[in-house]
Amino acid sequence: MANVLIFADQQGGSLSSYAREALAFGNLISVATNGELGSVLFGPGAETGAKETIACGASKAYTIGSPLVEDYQVEHYLDAICAAFIQSGSDILILPFDRKGKDLIGRIATRLSASAITEVVDFKAENGELIWVRPIYGDKAYGEYKSNRKKIVVGIRVKSQEQAVPDENRSGEIIPVIYTNQNDIVVAKLVEKIENSLAGIRLEDARIIVSGGRGLGGPEGFEVLKDLANVLGGTVGASRAACDAGWVPSNFQVGQTGAVVAPDLYIAIGISGASQHLSGITNAKTVVAINNDSEAPIFKRANLGVVADYKTVVPALSEELKKKLGIKVG
Amino acid sequence: MHIVVCLKQVLDPEISPRYFKIDPKTNRPEDGSSDMVMDSYAENALETAIQLRDSVEGATVTALCLGDEETEDVLRRALAFTADQAVRVWDDDWEDLDGQAVGHILAKTIIALGGADLVLTGYQASDIEEGLVGPVIAEELGNSCVTLVSELAIENSAFRVTCEAENGYAIIDVPSPAVLTIVSSEKNVPRLPKVKDIRLSRSKPIKELEADDIELDFERCQPAVSLERVYVPNRDVACEVLTGEDGMELAHELAGRLLELKVL
Repeated sequence: MANVLIFADQQGGSLSSYAREALAFGNLISVATNGELGSVLFGPGAETGAKETIACGASKAYTIGSPLVEDYQVEHYLDAICAAFIQSGSDILILPFDRKGKDLIGRIATRLSASAITEVVDFKAENGELIWVRPIYGDKAYGEYKSNRKKIVVGIRVKSQEQAVPDENRSGEIIPVIYTNQNDIVVAKLVEKIENSLAGIRLEDARIIVSGGRGLGGPEGFEVLKDLANVLGGTVGASRAACDAGWVPSNFQVGQTGAVVAPDLYIAIGISGASQHLSGITNAKTVVAINNDSEAPIFKRANLGVVADYKTVVPALSEELKKKLGIKVG
Repeated sequence: MHIVVCLKQVLDPEISPRYFKIDPKTNRPEDGSSDMVMDSYAENALETAIQLRDSVEGATVTALCLGDEETEDVLRRALAFTADQAVRVWDDDWEDLDGQAVGHILAKTIIALGGADLVLTGYQASDIEEGLVGPVIAEELGNSCVTLVSELAIENSAFRVTCEAENGYAIIDVPSPAVLTIVSSEKNVPRLPKVKDIRLSRSKPIKELEADDIELDFERCQPAVSLERVYVPNRDVACEVLTGEDGMELAHELAGRLLELKVL
């Protein structure tokens, strides 16, 4: 038996999509191990989120309502998550390996002498042991890992799981955790937060993404991509090479260190398909590659391929789709 | 100011999946499948370290690598980047470490070197991609830590960093000593070393440390997770390559296929 605790982050007064993924994953583990599923929630809205996690399968929801954890502050989050994990007596702590997870997992595991494993996409229960599955070598291979310590902190790859479906008939217990650490543990001070300058849809939420790479030859190529994205009601992304070249801001970057995306349609234009880019689009449903190099690795991942100079195809595609989709020109 | 930058040698991540094979005996990529190179985020971290060193009077950069003799190439490259000192730490028992054990050993090595005001690592290495080493070093040293840093400067004696945040960026002031994990940005594109510096790097000494030279906790040097199996999935998608005489015809074909697939 292994009890599982999920760190359930909230966004806009409701559970984040990543928290719902973590809850679904945690449910599967607790069923496989005959364990109990718990959740931990932060901030003044913790009680509302706690009820949501119970509807999503948690039998115990630990809440820390302290204003110290209202906004993300790494040192407080570290302390508070460790406190809740200890109080819950759980064996497995699960966090999404998102922006916060990247800060927290290694430090929580070190602090609690637990093991840590990140970018987990699946698990297996074998002979009473849990085996954690994660991609390695830029998604070229999968590794199966076993923990050598009693407690483990697991970071799950975002967008790798289905989200938990709430059932309001489920019941559970809400347990407040007292967290009274002092403000003076805050060592890194936020000076300014700059919201993404991308107009429209966030890459992570986009249903259609038109992405450009080094093959565009310069920043002006992105104007052509913007036209196509507008026609499709999608958003524009870019490869790391295009961002590093300064053609578009780095918040356009799709890939392992940029946005991990899962759109219905991903159109890769002038993108060769470096492994770190491919890891970011693992869960894209349909991938279209437009590239004049027929040997580009992106064609191994694409469902539809066009081997041609994008300048001859993309503007014509925008025009064709405008006609077919009944969008008025201009 | 003493800046330590932790480097890693990895299999060239750009190896084509076609040539990538795993040796089932060692659970590692087959020898000869590609070159070994400095990890690209580590290279961004090195560039960031050198730029900061050059802007602060009296600052020094130590390039640190955990690895056997073959990893000296990475340290020579760091010296060609004008790192002031190169240190390699290795023990033959360390063949199968994980990120937590590596973080512990690197932290203890940094202490053995007299400590650091700033430790930089790549955000993650492109082979195992754990993203753990930087935060683990920070926790082991009791330092503050900021991950996914794209820019670094000094402001009122604190490090002012720009890092990725939910829905955008954050600018954060973090006091010394600190650990930062670095991502690539327009500001830290690795330099091309000068011929003179490459030549000099060949004759500069590399300091070697062994397990006995540092105060390690035996338990924390053991891998916390073990790799049991590795396999290469067959994930090739049968790509339908469209045909056409020119761009117009290809665009027509593609638009038609997208509508048929009902993805629009």
